[in-house]
Amino acid sequence: MAVLELRGITKHFGAIEALKGVDMRLESGEVLGLMGDNGAGKSTLVKIIAGNFPPSSGEILIDGVPQHFHKPLDARACGIEVVYQDLALCDNLSAGENVYLGRELRRRWGPISLVDFPRIFERAAELFKELKSETRPRDLVRQMSGGQRQAVAIARTRLSDPKFVLMDEPTAAISVRQVAEVLDLIRRLRDTGHAVMLISHRMPDVFAVSTRIMVLRRGTKVADKPIRDTSPEEVTGLITGAIASA
Amino acid sequence: MQSTRPIQTSVAIEDVTRLEERGPLARIVASQPFWVTVAVGLICVATAWYEPDTFPTRDNFFNITRNFAPIGIMAMGMIAVILTRGIDLSVGSMMALVGIATARLLEAGMPWWVGVSAGLGIGLLAGAVNGALVAYVNLPPFVVTLGTLSIYRSLAVVLSENRIIYDFGPGGDVFKEIGGGQVGFPWFDGGTFYLSHQFLVLVVLTCVFGFVFRWVPWGRYLYAIGGNEQAARLTGIPVDRIKLQAYMVCGLTTAIAALMLTGYNGSASNGMGRTWELYVIAAAVIGGTNLMGGEGGAYGGFIGAALIFLIRNSLIMFGVEANWYDLFVGLFIIFAVLLERIRGRTRG
Repeated sequence: MAVLELRGITKHFGAIEALKGVDMRLESGEVLGLMGDNGAGKSTLVKIIAGNFPPSSGEILIDGVPQHFHKPLDARACGIEVVYQDLALCDNLSAGENVYLGRELRRRWGPISLVDFPRIFERAAELFKELKSETRPRDLVRQMSGGQRQAVAIARTRLSDPKFVLMDEPTAAISVRQVAEVLDLIRRLRDTGHAVMLISHRMPDVFAVSTRIMVLRRGTKVADKPIRDTSPEEVTGLITGAIASA
Repeated sequence: MQSTRPIQTSVAIEDVTRLEERGPLARIVASQPFWVTVAVGLICVATAWYEPDTFPTRDNFFNITRNFAPIGIMAMGMIAVILTRGIDLSVGSMMALVGIATARLLEAGMPWWVGVSAGLGIGLLAGAVNGALVAYVNLPPFVVTLGTLSIYRSLAVVLSENRIIYDFGPGGDVFKEIGGGQVGFPWFDGGTFYLSHQFLVLVVLTCVFGFVFRWVPWGRYLYAIGGNEQAARLTGIPVDRIKLQAYMVCGLTTAIAALMLTGYNGSASNGMGRTWELYVIAAAVIGGTNLMGGEGGAYGGFIGAALIFLIRNSLIMFGVEANWYDLFVGLFIIFAVLLERIRGRTRG
């Protein structure tokens, strides 16, 4: 059974049709590379899956059960974790606090519940170590490099055991070595039976980790095939429209 | 210079990036409230040296701390609002509205606790109106509270029938004691050291707000919202509700200050708190609260308010005409922001 299934998803903003009926299936252990030019509908699709806004029509099924997401928390409750392109970090808070933002570890102090900073920093340090990142949980995010910030955003997805991890341009703003680490992480997620969707402009990254590739052009799915049956050349053609569909 | 040091063969990453975790002491020294505290200390020393007979006295200490207490109390709520990247310009008018409404109730013969509860309720309600328009109707806080600045003042004037209210009825004695009372502490020389109720309330509120801002999830959410509202929303923080609550808290602290000041004055006038929003915001900003949200703390509001009123007191002591006072407050605001900018630059 598919972890995530989309059936006939459309989305229009006023007169603009961003998505024109997209179907998609994703099984656990799969890494789906989603590619497309700017304006192809990638971000819209991501936001629908992440629960930022509902589709105009169509169905989202998680483990075969139809779901309606009204806010990002609904999607998270269904086991969907998202790494946003802008990472959604608060620069003025520490790395540890950012990891646990919105789901702080707490401890009781008499009648009130307080943020348990020692445990947050301790757990965050373990997560960063797992991610092989030199990120210190007490540092402010403002002071961090692109890779460290990425690690903070990715560490968030490790708090729960999600079924499905959605990564929006996770390698766009980081160094070569850090890209390798992120790709390693995606492979590890795949090997532990998670489903991953990778949205990226970087062809080599997509081909390095994806098991399947899907191309959107002007709101329509023009290709959805196993990675071994395609090539960067074909995908480029599909993205630009030089090849109509495959 | 002769190089006699052993050559360093390896460097830690921290030496290069200078991002080592700073200890608590280093963090305090790098903070704005610390330097404002130093300034307060220096001004005290200078004024005490210039006026040894009148400045460093228990009476004067009582007066200064009593004077800045209402501003400090209001600054606590204001800081909560500013942390979310908001602003509340209506606090001065809100003060008059709470003072007049409470005085009218007392005048009509209500017991003190009815007047006080009603005053606090009006503060919460006035704050809720601001907060609802900002959080749920998505209007800019500056415009919303500029509007309610006018509305609340007008309501206060109408409600007062343009009178100054002196008669607090049968509940008056308790009401005046709450705001105007003092507590004596035994002093080393066998005498008594008095502190006003207003100042003691400020001290308690500073501790409470400091604690909430630092340790309670609600307080941390204020910082998160000010840092990146969109991120806060995506991680499931109830952003709109917390913003509403921040404005309500600001209304509540304003009501506390208004009630105590009305009791202390023994009268309520509809001109109460006029232009005080500026002093309250100044206290927050001088104490290191960033108007762009996400930075600041309760102690900063306390020491910022202290500085503003200490300047007034010291200028009087130095024989400067009182009309110059606002000029100095203005200079300190600009200086505080400048200091913040310089520190921001060295921080990188």
